Amino acid sequence: MALDLPMIWALLIAFAVLAYVVLDGFDLGVGLLFPFIEGTPNRNVAMGSVAPVWDGNETWLVLGGGGLLAVFPLAYAIILPALYAPMTAMLLGLVLRGVAFEFRWKTERGKFVWDWAFAGGSLVATLSQGLMLGALIQGIKVDGRAYGGGWYDWLTPFSLMTACALVIGYAQLGACWLVWKTEGYVQDRAYQFARVLTLGLLAAIGLVSLWTPFLDAQFFHRWFSRPAIFYVAPVPVLTLYTAIRLIRAVQSRQEREPFFATLALFVLCYVGLGISFYPKIVPPGIDIWQAAAPDSSLAFLLVGAAVLIPLILAYTAHSYWVFRGKVDADGGHY
Amino acid sequence: MSAIDLARWQFAFTISFHIIFPAFSIGLASYLAVLEALWLRTGQDVYIRVYNYWLTIFAVVFGMGVVSGLVMSYEFGTNWSVFSDKTGPILGPLMGYEVLSAFFLEAGFLGVMLFGMKRVGPALHFTATAMVAVGTLFSAFWIVSVNSWMQTPAGYSMNAAGQFVPQSWLAAIFNPSFPYRLVHMVLAAYLTTAFVVGAVGAWHLLRDRGNEAARLMLSMALWMAAAVTPIQVLAGDLHGLNTLVHQPMKIAAMEGHYETRAGAPLILFGLPDNAIGATRYAVEVPRLGSYILTHDWNGTVRGLKSWPATDWPNAPLLFWSFRVMVGIGLAMLGLGVWSLLARWRGGLAQARWLQRAAVLMGPSGFIAVLAGWITTEAGRQPFTVYGLLRTADSASPIAAAAVGSSLAAFILIYLAVFGAGAFYIVRLMGRPPGAGESGPDPGLPSHAAGIRPGPAASLGGPAPQH
Repeated sequence: MALDLPMIWALLIAFAVLAYVVLDGFDLGVGLLFPFIEGTPNRNVAMGSVAPVWDGNETWLVLGGGGLLAVFPLAYAIILPALYAPMTAMLLGLVLRGVAFEFRWKTERGKFVWDWAFAGGSLVATLSQGLMLGALIQGIKVDGRAYGGGWYDWLTPFSLMTACALVIGYAQLGACWLVWKTEGYVQDRAYQFARVLTLGLLAAIGLVSLWTPFLDAQFFHRWFSRPAIFYVAPVPVLTLYTAIRLIRAVQSRQEREPFFATLALFVLCYVGLGISFYPKIVPPGIDIWQAAAPDSSLAFLLVGAAVLIPLILAYTAHSYWVFRGKVDADGGHY
Repeated sequence: MSAIDLARWQFAFTISFHIIFPAFSIGLASYLAVLEALWLRTGQDVYIRVYNYWLTIFAVVFGMGVVSGLVMSYEFGTNWSVFSDKTGPILGPLMGYEVLSAFFLEAGFLGVMLFGMKRVGPALHFTATAMVAVGTLFSAFWIVSVNSWMQTPAGYSMNAAGQFVPQSWLAAIFNPSFPYRLVHMVLAAYLTTAFVVGAVGAWHLLRDRGNEAARLMLSMALWMAAAVTPIQVLAGDLHGLNTLVHQPMKIAAMEGHYETRAGAPLILFGLPDNAIGATRYAVEVPRLGSYILTHDWNGTVRGLKSWPATDWPNAPLLFWSFRVMVGIGLAMLGLGVWSLLARWRGGLAQARWLQRAAVLMGPSGFIAVLAGWITTEAGRQPFTVYGLLRTADSASPIAAAAVGSSLAAFILIYLAVFGAGAFYIVRLMGRPPGAGESGPDPGLPSHAAGIRPGPAASLGGPAPQH
């Protein structure tokens, strides 16, 4: 039996995007919370907690985008023009916050500028990603082999809601990360954020989950028809269970569990999204086999990916291991 | 302006900013590897001082290269979606390899490189430096292959959907212009770096004759200028002859030739004008053009008029950008020869005018790189895939207003961000390379790319000082 290369690649790219969302999610979240953490030393701690890992986290975005172009060029060619404005805004936001990590240490007088660049860039990037998520769920108009919709199609009440939801979600990830990696003032502050954000996040998940099935007949069918409902039921059940664990963990001031519970919620939501989408890559019209490049392209790159992605994962794991433990008071902890 | 013009301006703007950083970091990475090797071999302290001096700058340059590159990898989709759809099956995997291999080597080992010698020991540290240098060359390999394929496509066939699909990966990767372009670009990166290093060395030597590290920088840079510039001239000539075979129209535009002639002159200066189909005010050397291009004084050189005018590139732009590049190349050659004379007549440290000239030539490599890329890229027009896919048929279905506003946003943010970056780099170069030189403080989160995998032994290291 021949390998279903488009399927393998769809899983790989889905994995890269998930890795990006949860990894860059928490460091974008720290950026979102940055203005609410007062005092330069405390900000140093907050930024220092993500400084060693944020760039590796963003690598997954390049892998996701580069992979999409290589193996699903048609999807890349339709989705990017459809999301033109938020995509551009996201890139510029990431540029701003990316250089802030660097430039913030090169100046005293100008530090406040880069503090704002860090927070503002993180906010713009997160909002853009949330808008893109909403636009993708709503579906993209296709005309032949090109985007067929209008210039503002990405801007709807639904996409605004997903944008707010993602800001809450990333901020929650960031807060829980700070709870885990810091102590003293920053940690106390992070617990305060997490208490509010946990409730916000659960409300946002509920809202998006209830709204989504009514956007598209396929989505509804996936979730509410028999026998599908029995196969997909574990997702909402596990989500509910994780939500309860999260609330308890935050209330009892656990240090590690809030982060991993939030992470689990992200993974569950992502799985739910996958259930709705499959096998579409540009919903509602185009599936992964229609969008795929020929097998010769997929196979050629798969050889490299099979060798290098495990190595990159090993690096990432090693790096997190090296930087385990609390950040020290100076913000650089090695 | 039409949407397509704006999209072209946006690409030209973002890629021109981007190319500055890789051109610098490819050269700097190799320079750092050489410095560290010399240090390990001779044990002389000055090598590691110069190493650490440039490592700090490398970290900033590399970071800006990565963020500006991230933008490029999505711009293909936002502004050039038809191009992406049609060429994705071939160019996508090549760029995928660029991302995978380069990110792995650079991002992986950059951490160890910046981490500081004390934590991993000299041998492992040198390995890391060498791997980063190899990684930058891998990046160059894949991305120049992509570009060359657009200039001289090979190894493809067309499918029913109108996409270029791979027939032979070897033929696609090693397409006809690729080896020439790769050598020309890597040497250009080395020369660019050499002239920056030389300028910084000369600047500090002018202020303090006794600065040993500054003398070393200037001396190494000028050896590069003397040795590599002639090779680059040769490589450029071979690249030109290759272009004459595969893209003769581009050569005709670069030379300002509109008429096909035997015994064609070399036009030194003039104003090529596509509208009237002639080069006005031409200052010519008779027959030399034929000799250079065909190695025969009476050889026939094709002019632009032998192709339909709708296929012509922007001849005045090519004519002048090519001359800027060649002019700078000749100036580099001159400085190299001057440096040999100065060494022979008593040493570089005494040659004050040579040092002043070296300072002046500091940014010349960047200008030459930009001029060279403008020549080859504008010379590919009006096609994105030469002869096969027109630029007009490559763009996204996006309205001019949208492309225009994103262009404005890019210009605004890039000028602010990279302006600040350039300011910080120049300030770093203004520090005299002194005895107490240290690398980037390992406690500073001071780079924008690469996971920093450190040894577990580094835990509980000294607190950073910032």
